[in-house]
Amino acid sequence: MRFKKELDYVHLSKYFYIFSITLTILGIIFLAMFNLNYSVDFKAGSNVDVSLSKNLTVDQIRTAIGNIGTDHEPNITPGTQRLTIRYDEELTSQQDAALKSAISKLDDKASFEVNTVDTEMAKELARNAIYAVLISCLGIIVYVSIRFEWRFAIAAIVALVHDAFMVVAVFSIFRLEVDLTFIVAVLTIIGYSINDTIVIFDRIRENLRFGKQKTYDDLKNLVNKSVSQTIMRSLYTAFTVFIAAFFLLVLGGESIKMFSLAMVIGLLFGAYSSIFIASPLWLLLKKNQKPKGKPAKA
Amino acid sequence: MKRLLSFIITVLVLAAVMAVSTPGLLDRVRLGLDLKGGFEILYQAQPTEQGQALTRASLLQTAASLEKRANVLGTSEPEVTTEGTDRIRLKIAGVTNEAEVREKMKEPAVLTFRSAAPGDAEGTYSKVELVGSDFVENAATIGRDNLNQIEISIKVKDKQKFAEITKRLLGQHLAIYLDDTKLSDPQVRAELTDGTASISGNYTIEEARNLADTINLGALPLKLTEKYSQSVGATLGKQSLNQTVQAGLIGSVFILIFMIGMYRIPGLIASFALILHTWLLILVFVFADFTLTLPGIAAFILGIGMAVDANIITNERIREEMRSGKSIMSSVKAGSKSSFRTVMDSNVTTIIVAAVMFAFGTGSVKGFALVLIVEILLSIFTNLYFARWLLNMLVKAGKLSKPKQFGVKESEISAL
Repeated sequence: MRFKKELDYVHLSKYFYIFSITLTILGIIFLAMFNLNYSVDFKAGSNVDVSLSKNLTVDQIRTAIGNIGTDHEPNITPGTQRLTIRYDEELTSQQDAALKSAISKLDDKASFEVNTVDTEMAKELARNAIYAVLISCLGIIVYVSIRFEWRFAIAAIVALVHDAFMVVAVFSIFRLEVDLTFIVAVLTIIGYSINDTIVIFDRIRENLRFGKQKTYDDLKNLVNKSVSQTIMRSLYTAFTVFIAAFFLLVLGGESIKMFSLAMVIGLLFGAYSSIFIASPLWLLLKKNQKPKGKPAKA
Repeated sequence: MKRLLSFIITVLVLAAVMAVSTPGLLDRVRLGLDLKGGFEILYQAQPTEQGQALTRASLLQTAASLEKRANVLGTSEPEVTTEGTDRIRLKIAGVTNEAEVREKMKEPAVLTFRSAAPGDAEGTYSKVELVGSDFVENAATIGRDNLNQIEISIKVKDKQKFAEITKRLLGQHLAIYLDDTKLSDPQVRAELTDGTASISGNYTIEEARNLADTINLGALPLKLTEKYSQSVGATLGKQSLNQTVQAGLIGSVFILIFMIGMYRIPGLIASFALILHTWLLILVFVFADFTLTLPGIAAFILGIGMAVDANIITNERIREEMRSGKSIMSSVKAGSKSSFRTVMDSNVTTIIVAAVMFAFGTGSVKGFALVLIVEILLSIFTNLYFARWLLNMLVKAGKLSKPKQFGVKESEISAL
C-alpha cells in the first residue's frame, strides 16, 4: 500500500479547487435560499422524541395529542418505533404532561425525551457557537504562525473554514437538522482536520531545510514530495477516526446521529482539504514571496 | 533479557490491574441525565420586585432553596448549580411524577403579608405590606404559644418597618398569603416590635411543619423562569447508553485490528497503549467525579480514533526511516524523535479548539470539550511516551530485529 509514483498533487489540485469552489457557491446559494433546518436548540420551541414499543401511525398520534392545548400544529416525523414531534412553541409543563399521558395511553411502554428552548436562549446559543468558531480560528492562526509562519497559518485556516463550511453546506442542501451537537461536531472537525494539515506542513517545513528552493518548480516538487511522503499517514489517521465516527453514526444513540453524521462528512472533507487545498494554497502564497535580495534565477 | 522481562512484567501487571478494576470502575462512573433518564432545567433568575438588584448571594440562596425544595419533594440527588450571573441549572434524575416536581420547582411561592384595601371583599386582602424578601431566609419555625397552641413564627428583617405596619394596622387584620392562598388572617392586637410575626391556629404538628416548610421554601429570593429544559425517559436513556457503548466497542475493535494488521508488533503495542488510555480516562472520570453524558461518550470514542493518530504518525515515520535503509534501532530513534513534534503540534491545535468550546459552551458542550481535553493530555502520555518506551524496550532487548515485524517488506528497503 505505497504510492510508488509521486503524483503531481499541485497540478491535480486545480481540479479540486474547482470542485471546492463549486460546492462552496452551491452551499452559499442553498444557505441564502433555504437557510439551515434548525432544531429547537436554535429556534425556540419544543422537541419531543418518543421511543415506542409498537408502530403507531402519524394520524393516531395526531388525534391523541390534538387536545393538549397548543396553538401550533405539531410537525410529526415517524420512524420505526420512534417518533419526533416538533412544536414551534414552547410547551408548558402542563402541556408536556398532557402529551406524555396521551401517548402513553396508546403505548404504555413509550419513553420520552423532551427538549424545550426559549427564544432568547436559542439566540444566545447560536451567538456563542459563532464566537467559538471565530476564536478557535484565531487561536489556531496564532499558534500556527508562531510554530510555522503566517503562510501556513493562512493556508491552514482556509482549509479549516472550507471543511467547516462544507459540512454546513451539506446540511443545508440535504435539509438535515442542525442542533447544538452539530456545532460541537463542526468545532471538533476544526480541531481535528487541522491535525492532518499540520502533519503535511510539518513535513514541508522539514523538507524546506534540505537545500535551497530557487524556482517555483523546486517549491512545487517539494510540496508534491512532502504530500506523497505523508499521504498514507494522513489517510490512515483520517481513516481510524472515520471508523469511530462511522460506527457512532450507524449504531450510536439516536440523539447523536446528527453529530456523528456531521463528523463523518467533516472528516472526509478534512482529509481531502489537507492534501488538495491546504498545501497547494501554501505554495500559491509562497510563490508570490519574492526572494529577498537575491537575484532572479540565473 | 532484563529488558524483555521488564517489558513482559509491565504489560502483564497493567493488563491484570485493568482487568480486575474495570468492572468496578465502570459501575462508579456517574451517568448524565441523558443516559439514565431524568430532567434538566435551566432557570433564569430575576428579582421578585422590579428595581431590586440581583446579587450573587441571592442567586446562591435561590439555588440552595431549590435544592431543598427538590429534597423535600423526595427526589434523589438533585444537582443544582449556578451559571453565569443569573442562571441556575437544576438536574434531577429518576423522577416518576415529573410534571408535579417541575410545577413545584417553578412555583415562585411568594410569601406576602397583606392588609385589606378599600373595595376588598370581606375576608380578602390585596394591599401587600410585606413581601418574601422582607423575611429572614428560613425564618419560619414552629413552637407553641402561651395557650400551648402550635404556632409558626416568622422573623422579619426590618423590625422597625414591621413595628410601623402593626402600629398602623392596630385592630385590623394582617393576612398571611402564600402566593394567592390565604394562610391565616390574624388581627393585629399590639404593635409588634421584636420583629417576629406569629401564625397560630388549630394546626396539627404535621400541618404546621408542612406550612413552615412551604413558607421557607417559598421564601425564594428570586423569581425563576424556565429557559431550557430537557427530559429524558429512563428507558430511552438506557437505550442510548447501550447503543452508543456498543458502537464504541465495535469501532474500537476495528481500530485495533487495523493497527495490528498495519503495523504488526508496534501496532500491538499501540493497541495496548490505546486500551491503557481508555482505562485511564475512565479512572479520571471516576476520581474527578465527572458526569458521563452522551456527547461525552462520543468524545470518548472519537478520542480513541484520535489517540491512534499519534501511533500512526510515529509508526509511519519509523517505517519510512527503515525503508530508507537505516537499521531498526536508529529508525525507531529517528522516527520517534521527528514524529514527536508533529504529534505535539497537532494535539495543541485540538486542545485550543477544545478550550474554546469549554469556555463558550454550556452543559453538554462543556462536557464534551472537557472529555476531549483530558483525553488529549492522556493520549500524549500513553500513546506518545508509554508506547515509545515499550517499543524501545523490545528493540533494545533484540526482540524486534526484522522489518517484517514492523509491516515493512524487505523489498521496499532501499540500500543506503
